[in-house]
Amino acid sequence: MEAVIAIAIGVVFGAGIWLVLRPRSFQVLCGLMLMSYAVNLFIFIVGRLWIDRPPLTPAGSAPDPAALADPLPQALVLTAIVIGFATTALYLVVMIGSRGLTGTDHVDGREPEP
Amino acid sequence: MTPLDHLLLAPVLLPLLCGAVLVPLTEGWHRLKFALGYASVLGMLASALALAALTDGGYWQHGIGVYLAANWAAPFGIALVADRLAALMLLLTALLALAALHFARLRWGRIGVHFHSLFQFLLMGINGAFLTHDLFNLFVFFEVMLAASYGLVLHGYNAERLRASMQYIAINLAASLLFLIGAALIYAAAGTLNMSDLAARMAGLAPGARGLFEIGATVLALAFLIKSAMWPLGFWLPTTYAAASPPVAAMLVLMTKVGAYAILRLWLLLFPQAGFGHDALLWGGMATIVFGAAGMLSSDNAGRLAGYGAVVSSGTLLAVIGYGQATLVAGALYYLAGSTLAIAAFLLLIELIERIRTPHASVLAVTLEAWAVEDKPDEPVGRGVPAAMAFLALSFAACAMVIAGLPPLSGFVAKFSLFHALLNPPQGTIAAAGWTLMALIIGSGLVSVLSMMRFGVRTFWANSGAAPPKLHRSEVLPVLFLLGLSVFMTVEAGSVFAWLDRASEGIHRPQDYIGRVLGQPVVPSPVPQPAAAEAP
Repeated sequence: MEAVIAIAIGVVFGAGIWLVLRPRSFQVLCGLMLMSYAVNLFIFIVGRLWIDRPPLTPAGSAPDPAALADPLPQALVLTAIVIGFATTALYLVVMIGSRGLTGTDHVDGREPEP
Repeated sequence: MTPLDHLLLAPVLLPLLCGAVLVPLTEGWHRLKFALGYASVLGMLASALALAALTDGGYWQHGIGVYLAANWAAPFGIALVADRLAALMLLLTALLALAALHFARLRWGRIGVHFHSLFQFLLMGINGAFLTHDLFNLFVFFEVMLAASYGLVLHGYNAERLRASMQYIAINLAASLLFLIGAALIYAAAGTLNMSDLAARMAGLAPGARGLFEIGATVLALAFLIKSAMWPLGFWLPTTYAAASPPVAAMLVLMTKVGAYAILRLWLLLFPQAGFGHDALLWGGMATIVFGAAGMLSSDNAGRLAGYGAVVSSGTLLAVIGYGQATLVAGALYYLAGSTLAIAAFLLLIELIERIRTPHASVLAVTLEAWAVEDKPDEPVGRGVPAAMAFLALSFAACAMVIAGLPPLSGFVAKFSLFHALLNPPQGTIAAAGWTLMALIIGSGLVSVLSMMRFGVRTFWANSGAAPPKLHRSEVLPVLFLLGLSVFMTVEAGSVFAWLDRASEGIHRPQDYIGRVLGQPVVPSPVPQPAAAEAP
C-alpha cells in the first residue's frame, strides 16, 4: 500500500513540475494544482497509513490511542486544501487579467520571438 | 496568565479587526479608511513598544512571554511567543507600516478599493509570523501575508504589475508547497509542530527519524530562502520590487526579512550545536551578495537598483547567520533593521525623484497610455514643500550612505560591528570563509556606492531640464521619518546594541524556550470539573 501511494504521489507531483515549467499560463496553473493535490495527499499520509482506525473517539468509550489514527494530519490537510484552493483561485484571476491585458497567454506577457 | 499576557495577541488582532471593518467600505470614504488604518498601525506600534519593554524589563521569566491560544497546553494548542527578537521585528514592522501608510495617504491609498484592508491583512500576516511558535501556524500566517501581498503588488493595475505578479504568485505558490512538504516531513519524523517541543525532542530522535527530520528542515529552509531571495532562488525579487507601487514595495522589503527571521529562529532552536546546513547558508549568502552587487551595477532603473540592494542586504544577512558565530547575531540584527529602513526609504524616494523627469517625454508613458488601463493616482493638490530639490538630493545621499555602509550613518555602524565580530572570533583564528565574507561585504559596499552615485549624478547633476517637482508634506514626512530612524540608530547605537546583545543571548539559549513554553500553565477552569468527562 505504501509503495502504491508513494508512486502515485510521485507521478502526480512530477506531472505538476513538468507543467509548471511550460510557457503557457494555463499549463502553469494546472501544474500548480496537480502539485498541490500531491502535497495534500502527502500531508495526509504523514500520519502513517492505517486501515479501520477512525481519527475520532467513538462516543461513550474510553480513548485508546492504539485504535485511533493520527487526527492532526487530517486537520492540517484540511487547512492546506482551503488555503491552496484560495490562492490558486487568485492566480486564476491574475491569469485571466493578464490574458485580457496583453492578448497572450504566455507567462512573460508576450509571445516569444519566432 | 496575567492581563498583560493578552498583549501578545494585539499585533495580530488589531490589523485583523481593522482590515475586516475596512472591507465593506467601498469607494469614497478615503479619510475614514486612512484614519482607521492609521489608528490600527499606531496601536500596533504601541503594543510593539509595550512588548519590547515587557520582554526586556524582566516582567516575564527569561524575557519570554507565552500565550496559549484557547487555553490549550503547549504542545497541543498553538502557542504565541514574544521575546526580544520578536519585539524587535514587530517594532520594525510597525514603524515601516506607519511610514508606508502615511506615504499612501493622498495618492496610492485613494485608487483601487481595498488598498487599506489588504494593507492591514499584510500586517497581520507579518506580525503573526513573528509571534507564532508553531510551524503549521507559521505557514498559515505566511499565506495570509502572501495572499495580501499578491493583491497589493497588483495595486495600481497595469501591464507591468500584472506580468510581475504572474511570476511572483507562481513562485510563491510553489514555495508554499515546499513549506507544506517540509512541515509534513518534520511532523512525520518528530510527531509535533510546536517549535519548543521539536527542540526538546531533537536529542531523542532515532537515526532514521533524524535523517527524515533533516530532509524536512532542508525543504522548509528552501521555502524560507525563496522568500529571502537567496541566489539562485531570488530572481523574482528585482522585477517585483520595480513593478510594485512604492508603499507596497517598502513593505515587501520587510517581507524578505521574514524568511531570514524564520531561519534564525528555527535553526538556533533546533540545531544549536550541530550547525546543520550552516555552510549552505554561508556560501549561498555570499553568492547572493555577488549576484546582488552585479545586478546593482547593471541596473538602469531605480526600482531595480533598490531591488538588487535588497538582495545584497538579504545575502549579507544570510551569510552572517550561516557563519554561525554567536557574537555576530547582534550585529546582524542591527544590520537587518538599518538596511530595511534605508531601502524602504529609498523605494519611497524613487517615486518623488521620478517626478523630476518630465513624464511626457518618455516613450514608456506613451506605451502605457496605449494600454489605456493605467490606474495611476492624481498628483496631490495643494502647496508643495519648499526646497524640493535639496530635500530629494540630501535624502538620496543619506539612503546611499546607509545602503553602501559609509560613515556616519547606521550602515557603517552595522558593518563595523560585523567586522569587529568577524575579526575577533571566540576560537582565536579567522577561517578563510570569514576573510571571503569580509571582502565581499566591502566589495558590495563599493559597488553600491558606484551604482548609487551613478544614478544620483544622472538625476541631479546631468539632468539639465530638471525642474523642482511638487512634493506634498504627506510624502516627504515618511521619508524623513525613516531616515530619522537611521540617524537615531546611529546616535543611540550604544543602547540599541545593548538591547540587541540581550536579544541575541536570549535566542542562543533554547533551553529557556523549552522550559517557558512547555511549562506554561493553563488557566484553571472557573467551574469545578466533574470527576470523569461524561459522554454526550
